[in-house]
This record gives sequence, C-alpha cells and structure tokens, in this order.
Amino acid sequence: MGITVHNVSKKFADFTALGDVSLDIPSGSLTALLGPSGSGKSTLLRVIAGLEEPDSGEVIISGEKKTGLPPQKRGVGFVFQHYAAFKHMTVYDNVAFGLKIRKRPKTEIDKRVSELLELVQLSGFSHRYPTQLSGGQRQRMALARALAIQPEVLLLDEPFGALDATVRKELRAWLRRLHQEMDVTTVLVTHDQEEAMEVATEIVVMNQGDIEQIGPPQEVYENPATEFVMGFVGPVTRLGEAYVRPHDLRIRLEPDGETTGARVEDLLHLGFEVRVHLRLASGEDLWAQVTREAASELGLRRGTSVHVVTEHSKVFG
Amino acid sequence: MSARGSGQASRIPGAGRGAFGRNALGRGVVLMYLSLLVLIPLSAVVWTSTEGGVAAFWQAISSPEALAALRLTFGAALVVVLINAVAGTLIAWVLVRDSFWGQGFVNSVIDLPFALPTIVAGLTLLVLYGPGSPVGIDVAYSPVAVVVALLFVSLPFVVRAVQPVLMELDRESEEAAASLGAGPLTIFLRVILPSLMPAILGGSGLTFARSIGEFGAVVLITGNIAFETQVASVYIFGQIEGGDIPAAAAVSVVLLAFSLLALIGLNFLQDRWTRHED
Amino acid sequence: MKTRLTLRTLALGYLGFLIILPVASIFWFTFSDGLGTFWSSVTEPDAVSAFYLTLIAAGVAVAANTVFGVLCAIVLVRHRFPGKRILGALTDLPLAVSPVIIGLALILVYGSGGWFGGWLAERGILIIFSIPGIILATIFASLPFVVREVAPVLREVGIEQEQASSTLGASPWQTFWLITLPSIRHGLTYGVVLTTARALGEFGAVAVVSGRIIGRTETLTLHVEDRFLAFDLTGAYAASVVLALLALGTLFAMNFFNREEKA
Repeated sequence: MGITVHNVSKKFADFTALGDVSLDIPSGSLTALLGPSGSGKSTLLRVIAGLEEPDSGEVIISGEKKTGLPPQKRGVGFVFQHYAAFKHMTVYDNVAFGLKIRKRPKTEIDKRVSELLELVQLSGFSHRYPTQLSGGQRQRMALARALAIQPEVLLLDEPFGALDATVRKELRAWLRRLHQEMDVTTVLVTHDQEEAMEVATEIVVMNQGDIEQIGPPQEVYENPATEFVMGFVGPVTRLGEAYVRPHDLRIRLEPDGETTGARVEDLLHLGFEVRVHLRLASGEDLWAQVTREAASELGLRRGTSVHVVTEHSKVFG
Repeated sequence: MSARGSGQASRIPGAGRGAFGRNALGRGVVLMYLSLLVLIPLSAVVWTSTEGGVAAFWQAISSPEALAALRLTFGAALVVVLINAVAGTLIAWVLVRDSFWGQGFVNSVIDLPFALPTIVAGLTLLVLYGPGSPVGIDVAYSPVAVVVALLFVSLPFVVRAVQPVLMELDRESEEAAASLGAGPLTIFLRVILPSLMPAILGGSGLTFARSIGEFGAVVLITGNIAFETQVASVYIFGQIEGGDIPAAAAVSVVLLAFSLLALIGLNFLQDRWTRHED
Repeated sequence: MKTRLTLRTLALGYLGFLIILPVASIFWFTFSDGLGTFWSSVTEPDAVSAFYLTLIAAGVAVAANTVFGVLCAIVLVRHRFPGKRILGALTDLPLAVSPVIIGLALILVYGSGGWFGGWLAERGILIIFSIPGIILATIFASLPFVVREVAPVLREVGIEQEQASSTLGASPWQTFWLITLPSIRHGLTYGVVLTTARALGEFGAVAVVSGRIIGRTETLTLHVEDRFLAFDLTGAYAASVVLALLALGTLFAMNFFNREEKA
C-alpha cells in the first residue's frame, strides 16, 4: 500500500519546485527525502499532505486517490520543523485536538492522550503550555499530536532542524525505535545526509525538483547513481576522471602499475583520523582520509612523495 | 499608509495553501464592503468636483474664501508638523531614556488625544485658553487657536512612532561615539537622530494628513471667521450646509490629494532612509 | 543631569499645558456647580437620547468593523492575489480622509440626489439625515483599526498552527474558531478598543450626515456642540465630561491590554 506519487509537478511563480516526480513509498517503511534547500523535498512532502496543491499529477495513499482533497480529509499526521504547537493550549489539549475534532468520547480521549504522552515521555507535562517546554519536548508533543489521530502515514518536515546537536541525536534514535514499534509508513524530510543515513530504511535523494536516486542508505552511499548523489551523501574527492570517497583512497610509498604519483601538501589531525592533502604531478589537488596508525606507519609529513590508488571509484558520463 | 500583507514572497513553499487558502468569497466580501463604504463614496467626491469641468473646479478652489481657508489650513499644518517633530521626539526621549515618578501615567496621557472625542478636545481648549481663561491666556478665534487645537489632536503620532525605535536603539553605537570623543549633542545629531529620522518622518506624515482634515477640535475654538480663522474642513462644512456641493467637493479633492501625497511621499522617503541604513 | 532635568521639564510642561490642564479644567468647571447640576444636565431627555444614539451607532460600527477587520486581515495576510497592496492601502485610507469629507462622500452616494440615494428612497429607505447615515459615517471613520491591529499579529503567528490543525482533521471553520481566533485575541481586543474610542467620539462625519434633528438624530458629540452654540455651557460641559469619562475608560483598557500583550 504505502504512498504513490505520480507525475507530480509544482511551480511557484517562475521557480520549478517539482519537475515531474514519480515515487513509490513502501508501506511500513521509514523513508527520508534528502536534498539541499530548494531541491523540492519539502514541497513534495507538503503535496502528499495536501498542504500544497500540485499543478499536475496524483497522490495515492494506501490505494486511495487523495489528489484535490484538503489536508483534513487525507488522514496524514504531519510534524512541522518549528513544531506548530498550539500556543494557547496545554500539552493535553494539543494532543487531544484531533480526537476532539473527531468527537471521540471523553474517556477514550483521556486514555489515548495519556498513552501517547507516555510514549513520547511527556507524562508529567500534560498541564503545561508549549512555551514551558524545551524544543525537544515540544517536538515530541507535536509527534504525539500527529500520532493521536492514528494516521495512515506520518510525515515529518525537517523535524529536528530547529534543535541543538545533542537533542537531535537523541531524537533520531528515539524516532527509529518509535517507528519500529508503531509500524506506520513514515516520510522524513531532511537536508542532513547523516540524519538520513542514521534513521531511514530508504533514502530518496532529490535535487532541483527531481529525484536523483532511490535506495537503502548503504546502496545510495556506496553506489551513487549520479555525481550529485555522490557528492551530497558523503565526502568526495577526484582522481583524474574518477570520483572517490577520501577513505577509499590508498596511499603507498612505492608505485605499482596502477598508482599515480603525488606529494603530501598538508596533514590535518582529526583525532582518530588524519586528512591528507595531496597534489598530483599534473597539479590537481585531492585529499585522502586515513587512520592515525596508517599515517604514522607510512611516516607521512609535508613534502613526502607518495603514490595513490583506489579500488572503489565512480566515473559519471 | 503602508500596504500591509504584501511582504510574502510567492515562491516560499511554506506560504502555500492554508486553512482559508482558496476562499474567494472572503475577498469578495472585503472588496464589496470597502467599495460601498469607502471607494464609491470617495469616487463620488472626485466625480462631483469635476462635474462642471476643469474651469469650474479651478474657480471653486481659487475663490478668495476657499483660497484663504486652504492657505490657513496648510500653513497651520506645516507649523504643527514642525512643532510636533521636535516636541514629539523630546517627549519620546523623556519617556524612554529618563525615569521619574509618574512616568507610566504620563505615558498613557499620550493616547488621551486619540481617545478623547475631538469636539470635547476643542471645548476643553476653549475653556482653558478662551475668553474667561482661568490662566489669563486667550487665543480663541485666532490662527493660533487653530495651531493649538491641531497640536492637541496630533500629539500621539510622532511620540508613538519614535518611542519604539528609541527603545530598540543600539546603545553601543552611542558608547562607541562617546569613546571617540563625541559630546552629547554631537552624539544626538550624528548617531541618534539619523536612526530616528524614518520614524519622525512617518509620524509627521500622519500629523500632516490629520491636521489638514481636522474638524471637531477646531470648529468651536476658531469661531469660523472667514478669511481669518476658517480652515478648509470648516469651509467645506459651510458649503455643504449652504448647498454648494460642487465647491465643497472641489476643496475636498484638494485636501484628499494632499493628505495622500503626504502619506505616500513620506512612506517613500521612509523606505529610502531605511534602505540606506541597511 | 542638568540637561536631563531641562528636557524632562520641557516635555512635562508641554504635555501639562496642552493636554492635562485643559482636560482637568473641564472637569473642574463641570463639577464646580455641584454634582446635582451635572446630573440634571445629563439626564435631560435630549442628552439621554443622544447618549443612546451614540451607543447604538458605536455598537453597530464596532460589530461591523470587527467582523470586517478580521476577515480583511485574513485576506491581506493569508491570501495571494494581484492588487493586494492596493487593497491594503484602501483599508488605511479612512485615516487620511477628513471627517467632513467622509460625510460629504456619503451624502453624494446615499443622499436623496446621490448615486444610490434615489433608488433607495423609492424603496422607502432613508439613509442620510437619519440613523443609518450616522451609522455608515461612524463605520467609515472607525474602519481601519481592527485590520491594522490584527494583520501584523496574524502575520507574526504564521500559518503553521492553522496547517497543523487542518492535518489533524479540522475544517476551515473549526480551525478559525479553535486556532486562529484564540491566537489573535490580544491584537483583536486592542483593535476593538481603538474602534470603540473612535466610534464613540466621531463628530465631523456625523455632523454632516445627521441633519441634527434634536432628540432623534443627534449623537452625544453633536449634543455637545448644540448645547455650546445654545449658550448652555453647563449642558455642553456635562456631556463632554461623559464623553471624557468614556475616553478615560478606553485609555485604561488600552493600557491594560497593552500590558497584557507584553506579559
């Protein structure tokens, strides 16, 4: 079932937010829409939610055509980057909102809200107002609020974007666990490749209103379909025509048939790893990332003549 | 007169469909309400003023009585703008940078001219500064009375425009200027005043527009003496009562044009000044 | 320190002579003859009827402009359409129009010889020189305040809460009552207070369209002028004091809501 997006396009004035996008999101997956700002990932999510009307194309959720329906008739849970907490309501009322709209009996609402607050670890906070919560707590409240209506799909728009690094890390792990427990089809928008890798089961890489690649995190990282994906999901350097991950670059002291001669320009010690800046005889610059042990074994220092080779590179036409 | 609600860039995805996204009905109702109440009636004024042709319009506004009224109106308004710019800035300064007992009370007094009906304002001024004044000052039925009445009703504009800017003002640039050896006066003229200028201009625009149209506050205290204390709005009122509607409409159009010009022009200046600041 | 005291004295002196003393003096003159004289002046039938007409006109104007103001602010802030700037300027326009011109404009359209006046008169609807005209004039004069106060708040609050509400299943109408209205309530209240002040005190526009039928189409502000011109100073002062008290009440409300907003 899941979500199907069919030939969706969307323009804002003369800016093309979505070219002609088609996508299948499998039921029960945790999919990340990954891309730089302006890539159309948020617009795509908002089109799925009905917050944005596409110029053309269709949105199908769990086999039902939802195109043209307003958000309130789509059965989606949506979590906003800046929480969109109802400031004049308590945490309890925020979470109960969707259930009250659906005119559920009071006892049922009470029960469901307390279950959800427990799930998001906010049990003691039901009578507080959003302004009395930290950013992370607000976002968990927003998540409970979205889950309260038992949505067919859960959509998260840069949900951790406004939080500081530590809280972010915590919430990512927590979201992953939550998804395993709840088993609801979840789509997460992010511009942070590390976040996408860490949380998602599927990654959709977007750029300039189009999809560049779809696949599991490892696949997208190790087998990028385009130059853009290669550069966006991880560090990249160039060896001639080939694109290489810096930690896939091997440094030798002796040449063997396939190596290229280079000179060490600079060494940066990054704790466990060392970043080696190199210059080829042709004048091209590139860099490699090696472990501290490897660097000291090779006795690398500024000016050392070395030979580089890689077993793992990509050439894009 | 700022056009509100125009700041949203249309390409921001977040600005998309809201709860009331595509409701053309609301827009229709708003347009209808404004048309019936404001747009059509004001158009009728403009239309009526030109009904007799350009010559008739010209004649109506250049009749000696109309001319005298317009001259007094604009003269008084300019004097009021100047006094208000200085006094308003001074009061705002004292309210923000000074602190004394009863400051809160003084601060709320600023809004009194807005809350007090203009006819009452005129009457109170007449009681204190008219014939039989308990303080021995009688300015009633003279052009000075016009200025006093206009100062009363337009007091809040500059004060309320400057006050928030002064509160937000970065004290560090003043301290920097002081550390570079600038005296208090130099700091005020070179550092503070330029930042306050857009607000003073904005407040002055409102003061001018309000002053050239004011009626209630001036009607009693001026005594309505043609060629001497009769301002344009009182002249228009007289023409309406006397049944010369085209003459009333012609002078009205002059007032409308000038208050619009003042607001648009100062808005423009304000914009330029602000951009220069960035 | 010396400059500071000079500036303070100048500012307070200016305010004292321009605002505080005149307003205080009218209270002084009104009550110097005793409370009895004041009471008999304000309970005189013409004064009472003027008071009621003022309340009616202000009540209708405030109600109409509140509904319009909220709707207009939503249209200006939440909708995108060509000519939005012009619409925004149009709602501010009444601030720049002389009250007398407001009256004239309404006569030209709704008066007996006006654009719509003849058509309305044929159907027995009299607007100018009657109560509807007074109400229209009051609405015109007090139109911008709710829009001006609500629009910036609405922009500040943003659209996300409303969108969240709709994804949770609320209809546009439910979203308006449950989310939008509560989040603009402070700005709205402030706007309503300003509208009330202007509506209660409107004089020039009402003076032109009322026709001054004493006891019928005379509002409290018109009553003040009428008493003054009839050399009934006691009556004029008494009615002024009633209006001034209403103004002070408004002032109090303005301060109260301003403080609440900051808190």
